[in-house]
Amino acid sequence: MFGRDEKLSPIRLTAVQYVILAIFLFLAYGLWRLQVSQSDMYATLAEQNRIRNVPILAPRGKIFDRNGRPIVDNYPSFTALLLRDSSRDLNADAGLIAEGLHMDPKEVRDKIRHFASMPQYRPIYLKEDITPDEEAFIEAHKNELPELDTIMAYRRLYPRKGFLAHLIGYVGEVSEDMLNQAQWEFNNPGDVVGKSGVELQYNQILMGKNGSRQVQVNSHGQEIGKPLDEKPAEAGRSLKLTIDIDLQIAAEEAIEGKNGAIVAMDPHTGEILAMVSRPAFDPNDFAVKVSRAQWAALVNDPDHPLLNKAIQAQLAPGSTFKILMATAGWQEGIAQTLNVHCNGGAEFYGRRFGCWVKSGHGDVDLTKAIYQSCDVFFYTLANKLGIGRIAKYAADFGLGQKTGIDLPQEVAGVMPSEEWKLRNFRQKWFAGETISVGIGQGAVAITPVQLMRAVAAISMDGRMVVPHVADPAGLPPGYVEVSHLTDVKSIPIDPNGWNLITDAMSRVLLPEGTAPSAHVPGIDIAGKTGSAQVVSLALRAKHANDEALNQNGWFVGFTPRRNPDIVVCVLFEGGEHGKLAARLATQVIRAYVDKQHQQPTKLAGADKKVEIGALWTSPNVENPAQEKLQGGRFVLSVPKKLPPLATAAPGMR
Amino acid sequence: MSRYISFRDFDWVLIGFVLVICGLGVLEIHSATMHTKFAGAHIRQLYWVAGGLVGMFLVSLINYQVLLERVHWMYIVAVASLMTVLIFGQKYLGARRWVKLPGGNHFQPSEWVKLILILAVAKYFADLQQRELSWSDFIKAGAIVGVPMLMVLAQPDLGTALTYLPIAVMGLFLGGVSWKQGLTVALLAGLGVGMVFFTPRVHILKPYQKQRLTSFLQPDADPQGSGYQLTQSLIAVGSGGLWGGKGSQTHGAFLPVPQTDFIFAAFSEEHGFVGALGVLLLYFIVLMRLTQNAQTAPDRAGTFLVMGVVAVLTFHILVNVGMVLGKMPVTGIPLPLMSYGGSSVLFMFLALGMVMNVRMRRFVN
Repeated sequence: MFGRDEKLSPIRLTAVQYVILAIFLFLAYGLWRLQVSQSDMYATLAEQNRIRNVPILAPRGKIFDRNGRPIVDNYPSFTALLLRDSSRDLNADAGLIAEGLHMDPKEVRDKIRHFASMPQYRPIYLKEDITPDEEAFIEAHKNELPELDTIMAYRRLYPRKGFLAHLIGYVGEVSEDMLNQAQWEFNNPGDVVGKSGVELQYNQILMGKNGSRQVQVNSHGQEIGKPLDEKPAEAGRSLKLTIDIDLQIAAEEAIEGKNGAIVAMDPHTGEILAMVSRPAFDPNDFAVKVSRAQWAALVNDPDHPLLNKAIQAQLAPGSTFKILMATAGWQEGIAQTLNVHCNGGAEFYGRRFGCWVKSGHGDVDLTKAIYQSCDVFFYTLANKLGIGRIAKYAADFGLGQKTGIDLPQEVAGVMPSEEWKLRNFRQKWFAGETISVGIGQGAVAITPVQLMRAVAAISMDGRMVVPHVADPAGLPPGYVEVSHLTDVKSIPIDPNGWNLITDAMSRVLLPEGTAPSAHVPGIDIAGKTGSAQVVSLALRAKHANDEALNQNGWFVGFTPRRNPDIVVCVLFEGGEHGKLAARLATQVIRAYVDKQHQQPTKLAGADKKVEIGALWTSPNVENPAQEKLQGGRFVLSVPKKLPPLATAAPGMR
Repeated sequence: MSRYISFRDFDWVLIGFVLVICGLGVLEIHSATMHTKFAGAHIRQLYWVAGGLVGMFLVSLINYQVLLERVHWMYIVAVASLMTVLIFGQKYLGARRWVKLPGGNHFQPSEWVKLILILAVAKYFADLQQRELSWSDFIKAGAIVGVPMLMVLAQPDLGTALTYLPIAVMGLFLGGVSWKQGLTVALLAGLGVGMVFFTPRVHILKPYQKQRLTSFLQPDADPQGSGYQLTQSLIAVGSGGLWGGKGSQTHGAFLPVPQTDFIFAAFSEEHGFVGALGVLLLYFIVLMRLTQNAQTAPDRAGTFLVMGVVAVLTFHILVNVGMVLGKMPVTGIPLPLMSYGGSSVLFMFLALGMVMNVRMRRFVN
């Protein structure tokens, strides 16, 4: 065939060679750009690709009571996750996985789909806080379901049923808003931090420092080889509270089913022994993840379960305020000699102010005014003192101010004065308003912990302590500023005055007092009842059946009468009368006294009858000179052992 | 005439360079699959290379002119086999590319069709006697390549379909296409591609194909989707630096399919710029050696045949290495001689067998 053997144009062949050269130069240039010019950038990217910082979570510090009994602990919690190795068809396994983890197969498939567009190395988080039998399922199916894995993290274990919930608070993941605040600037997203209560207040101590482990991972998120670098986690330090679990149990039981707060304190030191607020929440619900609905229910509950009423309820103290009035009146030299005739009410500034006893108390002096809680006496006293002097003494004893307790979000309350009214309402103070203040009504609004602290100071010869829940001696130095917790302020009070006032208070629980039903034989309790209006009497009359408008019952008391060991304040919301609140307080006081009896003494442990010799004088009132010295022997039977004390907060191991 | 052939006339230099490239490929396959479920692939690759060498010698024994005489029969068989795939093919990963053979083997005809197309194009242009191409010649030559190309595109296998294109382009260029014709066709092709991409409601390309074709322009736009492979490839190549590194991208399974399509990325990561440039140089030497063989071919057909192989090989290298470097779309075209895979290796060696065939007969005239 002609032309077949004719050679091709050599120019075009050469052109092809140049085209090939151009292509190779282009590729070589591409290689140069990547491997030489931008090599550093890609080396960094590669590092980030395979070196992963896996945090080693530091367990939070445990929380103990004053005797070292556990209140808050940690428990290892496992999260089930799916590794997405491309060699497994996850959707085919979804049914079995769902069955083993007690999930809906649809939910599992949804999660797989949701993660489909994410990089392979990111595992799918299937279920948090799985149960032991779900864990066993994963362990048992290691071969059938190699993609199923678990990771462990420590979670908070709180006492059951909201025991001490408000004081402890709860933890949660640090929010974006929080990270913008100075307090949290050194935290990282994902950190679990205290969000309220002691968990928040002492977060720095409890939190510890997360460690980290640098590991090499492949694109499926599986670790390969040994960790390149490991920085161990520093566990959080444990925190010792001043709370006494036995008293706390008594307080929780006393207020169970009611709304309000109980707080008990050692008046010598300010150590809080018990603190309850009701209704409560269960912080364990927050330890994993609180659902939106659950949270909304808590926030919108009209009884405010999230509020720690011991430090956050600002309410009129009612007649308990009369202790402060009596002290102010004595110090100003008015109360000593004040005698009032009560016929069920009195008129001041053209308006009649009624006494709670409609028939009247008759002739009333300071002592009777206290144990009978005569309103007319204190109206008169308030009128004589004037709002200026009342406000001064209230301020001295810390009413209407934060106590400085080591708990977050304490509120100050309100102690009205002429300046206060001018500042807030731009109005002059009316003398008539002073009369209501005299019985703890009107604009007076204080917290239970304030009231307890003020009464404790009056019972302790003017010794004002700072209430606190953490044992300052047990706190590591330099973490949190706590030196002010042990500050003691001394307010000079005439000893005759507080002796008389506390003597009068000890008759409140006697038959002539306002709360005889709360009397505990053998325990010398001094206290004061109070009942405070929530709304005006006129409004109350209109809504007679609305429980929310019931009066609040108050009681603040201590034992023993002189140099007391414990002071207790009770707020019984809707409790109507202070005597009901008093019964709650005496339950706590009785638990305290019972516990004192269990403390080791010479007799303790002698499980038999003990003989004791004694000398005494027989009193002769008519003729003291004839008092005779007498002697004798007694056989005492040591009381049976009291119920054992708690070894831990409820729900703790 | 064909009786005077001798294996002394084999291009041993060319075979030497080809085997060096294959050796590097086997080593890299070994390194990349060491701890994966593909472990041992390098041994299978060695078998393929050995089989390829045998095939090469066998092909070199059959006079290429005999093959050219019968190319129209082969062409009909090729089209028929593509039709078989379309009708009876095994669907795997959404595409019909494989025919199941008795005995459990799979067969991908689209690779062999390439060989036949090289022969067919060589035959067509060798038979043309005028220096200038007429439009009808142009269209006929286009149809020879275009028909199987459309059939492969229907599988759908865009990558392989595109590898048919350089055979036609090379044939037309050497066959004497005029600048005017070239420009006109290039313009029309440009318009066509534009239509395919931008005409709404006409889905010639599947969405994933479009995405793969365009994601190399912006790998960061969808780093977890179709851009993921590309991003990982760039990191692998880039982190290799001048002298190469530990290969964490390859061994950590970040780099997808490091033994096949992305073997050049794996190699570049482990051996750096120096190593990668060395491999490119080896390929360049092989291509230059091939064009040299084309120049010394005994006849026009021989030149066309060898240049067809050059075209396919160059195109593969350009698209594969370009893809690895982020300059070309992700199309799933393997790197000849290095990438793991029997079809690809056998094709290359059979093609080289035809080149040897031409070379051994260079003094026959």
